[in-house]
Formats: sequence, structure tokens, C-alpha cells
Amino acid sequence: MVPISYYLILSGILFACGVTGFLIKRNIISIFMSIELMLNGVNLSFVAFAAQWHALSGQIFVFFVMVVAAAEAAVGLAIIIAVYRTRETLNVDQVDLLKL
Amino acid sequence: MTHLIIFLVFGALCVAGAVNLLVQRHPINGALSLVVVMGSLAVEYLLLGAEFVAAVQVIVYAGAIMVLFVFVIMLLNAGEEERTKGSRVALLFGIPGMLVGSVLVGWILIERTGSQTVAAGALPGAPRTIGWLLFHNFLLPFEVTSILVLIAIMGAVVLASHPDADQGKRGN
Repeated sequence: MVPISYYLILSGILFACGVTGFLIKRNIISIFMSIELMLNGVNLSFVAFAAQWHALSGQIFVFFVMVVAAAEAAVGLAIIIAVYRTRETLNVDQVDLLKL
Repeated sequence: MTHLIIFLVFGALCVAGAVNLLVQRHPINGALSLVVVMGSLAVEYLLLGAEFVAAVQVIVYAGAIMVLFVFVIMLLNAGEEERTKGSRVALLFGIPGMLVGSVLVGWILIERTGSQTVAAGALPGAPRTIGWLLFHNFLLPFEVTSILVLIAIMGAVVLASHPDADQGKRGN
């Protein structure tokens, strides 16, 4: 038997790792993967609370989060390709101008 | 007891993958450790009884989204990232702040959610139940997300298409 709080702590750790990666990473793809890690942490807490309250809506929300994450990944990676095409770099420190 | 052991093993795998994502400097290594995180999260979902979510996690996250990431990393030939120097203030206040915050959050979670447990082997999130809910109570949001995905597909095609190809067509 695993208490719900263990799942929530695991989800907190994953979210914290995602935030840290978002802040310390310099490669735009790594930053994007950190965002995915944060979404996964939140999903775990959704499922844990769904199990605690015996409410399946929590799992439906996870489904919607996944759909939005898939759409976000497709558009985000397309933007990364467009940025790389115009600037030839993936380092976010060098992508600091709105217009070339 | 077995439940707890499975939870701890895959939870440790999860955290190890997440920390590896932070440590690795090459994005492809980060992507592969993210696959590990997502796969072990699917096991955690199964332990919580979310059968459908576990399957979708493997198919959509570990399958589709990560393949997209690996594809883009290889397409752009991304190399090792350079490190930039972080600010001293962030180091000075960030680490103590993070420690205090994590202890506080952990304490609140343990105090407030108590020792309520999940019964092993209970699977309330079977695909049949989820599907029924999705097409009855959540029909409108479901249809809206389908439009969102359609827009995302078109946006991705427009953004990633080569600008010269578009102009060439217009010229003719």
C-alpha cells in the first residue's frame, strides 16, 4: 500500500527538476524537454488526486493535457526548426532579437 | 508490500531519469532519459489504477512526442550545449530557497493528504469507463481539442515549410 502523499512528492520532484532544467539549460530543445517533464509531473498529481477522491475526471484532464502537449510539441518543434533556419543556432542566449 | 517496492523502484528510475536530463549536455541523451521517465511514469499510473492513462502515456508521450523530439534533434544536428555562467545571486538565494520550499511542500503533502492509500489491483480507470465519460460528460471539450489538434497540424506545416518553396509556387 502506497500513501497518496508519496505520489505527490514524486510529482513535486519531477516538476522541480523540470523548472530547474528550464532555468539552467541553454539549448532550446533541452528547455522544451524540461517543459514536457513539468507536464508529466502535473499529470502524475492529477492521477494521484483522481485516485484519492475516486473521481475519474482527473484522468480525463490528464488525457486533455496530453492532447495539448502533443499539439504544443508539434508547433514548438516547428518553431525551433524555423528559428534554426534563420539564425543557425540553438543557443537561447544568441536568440535575443525579434527581427534579423 | 510488493506495491510499495514497485512504486519505489520505478519512482527512483523516474527521478534518476529527470536528474540525468539536467546533467546531460547533449540533447539526445536528455531525450532518451526523458523516455525512461515517461516509461516509468506509465508504471506509476498503472499502480494508481489508471489503465487508460498508462497506455496513452506510452503511446503518445513515450512514442509519438519523443520520436518527434529525437527526429528534430537529429534533423538540426544539435551538438553539445555551451554552458553560460549563472548569476551569483541566483546561486546564493536559489538553493536555500529551493531547500526551504521543498521541505515545506513535502511536509504539507504528508500532513494534509495523510496516509490514505490506493488499493492494489483496483483499476477504476479502465478504457471503457474513460471512453464513456469522454463521450458523454466531456463531449464538447473533446471536440474542441480535435479542432485544436487540427490547427496545430496546420500551424506546424506552415511554420516548418521552407520559405523558398512557397515563393517559388507563387512565382509560377
